[in-house]
Amino acid sequence: MTLAIAVGVLVAAGVFLLTRRGLLRLVLGFVLLGHAVNLVLLAAGGASRRDPALIGPELDLQAAADPLPQAFVLTAIVITFGVTVYLLGLIARSGPESTDASRPDASRDEQP
Amino acid sequence: MTAALPLVVGGPLLAAVLAVLVPGAMVRRVLALAVPAAVGAGGVALVAATRDGDVVATQVAGWLPGVAIAFAADTLSALMLVVSALLVLAATVFAVAAGEDDDPWFVPLVLMLSAGVYGAYLTADLFNLFVMIEIALLPSYVLLSRTGTPQAIRAGRLYLAVNLTASTILLAGVGLVYATAGTVNLAELAGAAAATPVAVATGVVVVALSVKAALVPVHGWLPATYPATSPAVTALFSGLLTKIGVYGLVRVLTVMVEPTAGLRLAVVAVMLATMVIGVLGALGEPTMRGVLAFHMVSQVGYILVGVVLAGAVGLSAVVFYLVHHTVVKTSLFLSVGVVEVRRRTGRIADLGGVATQHRWVALAFLLAAMSLVGLPPLSGFWAKLGVLRAGLLDGQVAVVVVALVVSVGTLMSMLKLGVGVFWGSPPPSGQATTDPADAPQPGGGRQAGPWSAALVLPGGVLALASLAVGLAPDWLLALSDAAGAALADPSAYVEAVLRP
Repeated sequence: MTLAIAVGVLVAAGVFLLTRRGLLRLVLGFVLLGHAVNLVLLAAGGASRRDPALIGPELDLQAAADPLPQAFVLTAIVITFGVTVYLLGLIARSGPESTDASRPDASRDEQP
Repeated sequence: MTAALPLVVGGPLLAAVLAVLVPGAMVRRVLALAVPAAVGAGGVALVAATRDGDVVATQVAGWLPGVAIAFAADTLSALMLVVSALLVLAATVFAVAAGEDDDPWFVPLVLMLSAGVYGAYLTADLFNLFVMIEIALLPSYVLLSRTGTPQAIRAGRLYLAVNLTASTILLAGVGLVYATAGTVNLAELAGAAAATPVAVATGVVVVALSVKAALVPVHGWLPATYPATSPAVTALFSGLLTKIGVYGLVRVLTVMVEPTAGLRLAVVAVMLATMVIGVLGALGEPTMRGVLAFHMVSQVGYILVGVVLAGAVGLSAVVFYLVHHTVVKTSLFLSVGVVEVRRRTGRIADLGGVATQHRWVALAFLLAAMSLVGLPPLSGFWAKLGVLRAGLLDGQVAVVVVALVVSVGTLMSMLKLGVGVFWGSPPPSGQATTDPADAPQPGGGRQAGPWSAALVLPGGVLALASLAVGLAPDWLLALSDAAGAALADPSAYVEAVLRP
């Protein structure tokens, strides 16, 4: 249950930030969405009905956590990390005006 | 042969690393041309190995089937591998001739992108499909905005936002498929969407792939972003990135889903809307590449409508159209790119009478445009005939009527493009509406040396290939039939991936 609520909160916050002006809010929105999907992947492994992975002296392999979704999450975290680095580099390149949310969006003034 | 399948991904990645580490433009050019050629040769060998319905499969690093990441090549995958290698080669030749590879990062980025594309065609695992799509997307983010004009950066932001959202949805969908079906191996998922929870999860995956393939109503990003970058990069993207989405949709819809009547109706409706809206948008665009980008949207409707029509016949039409369209669309972008590189503008209103100075480009454009419209004796005729035949066999008259009407629309917009750019009269000078910031070309292309003539070559060669297939289509029709039969009955695919 907590996982589902956490995913919901993260997706809501992420989508809200995605729709804001300013490149930094876009990046934060994607980071939150990425976290939400990672939690979905963890939940897909049946986190509610399984023990933690490989902890404890008596290891019941049937009840231990499913390692495959955890491998998925690791890959997804690495990919999200790489993309976030690129996005932050874009922000650094674009300069401070792209993160200023109070200025009207410059693209609206451009000719089509 | 089977153990070498992962090399198709590993080789270009390694070559990308080499291209970064080893200095010298000549080394980069050799790598940029040799690697796609080698992959293309491997792809031809794969086509020969799979044409009778055999599937070449391997488990990466020798893990057990079902647990391992599987690479599998059936006829469709092998065909797409050959076509995409050919297109990477053509786009790279064009880019070198246009002067793009003065930037030392261009070749490594293109090699990485191609590695992701090849991997996406060969993987038999949904999560690996996501990873390969990401491998292909990350260099594309960089390539799109590389020119640095304000237009390109704006388009880059939009492209980034749309594709990151689609990737997030795809990952969520894959996670949901795992949660409901217990596996992400495509072979183990065969027919799994019969159960409702898995069907919902598959729907999420299909939505994400539809964004990547630019289907209506999530097609808007394509005409807004592709024309804003350099012509060489647009030509590169046009044949590779959306086709991954199309291929993913074909694979998921044929392996995992049994089409019900409701699904058939929905798919046909979406594809017809895509055809119509794409061609209507093309009629109104002021730039050459904008017109072609909207045509890309429209033609994807043609490609995918056959997935739910008439079983193996429809799927054969899908494969033929996919191969034909990829070649022809890239040829169009390359020919139009020559004009844009040499004339430094992409707006139709600022061009005219280009054919007097660029005869061969005009001819290549004419051939490719006629092929796109579907006129004989070009490959587009056979492609559209296949779609119409599948529609008639399935009794879907709406498909036939809309396909024909949209072909007329395609003809109209191609005429507008051709006459406006190549055969009309030049615009009076002093009336140029070009905003200097709208010309993203690096420098008019290489003006001297052996590479300057190579600007025209790739588009022309691809257009001639379309003509050759149009005149002698039997070999490609036979391959498409084999691929369609394999898609309609994926048991050989399933068996090849799951056997130890």
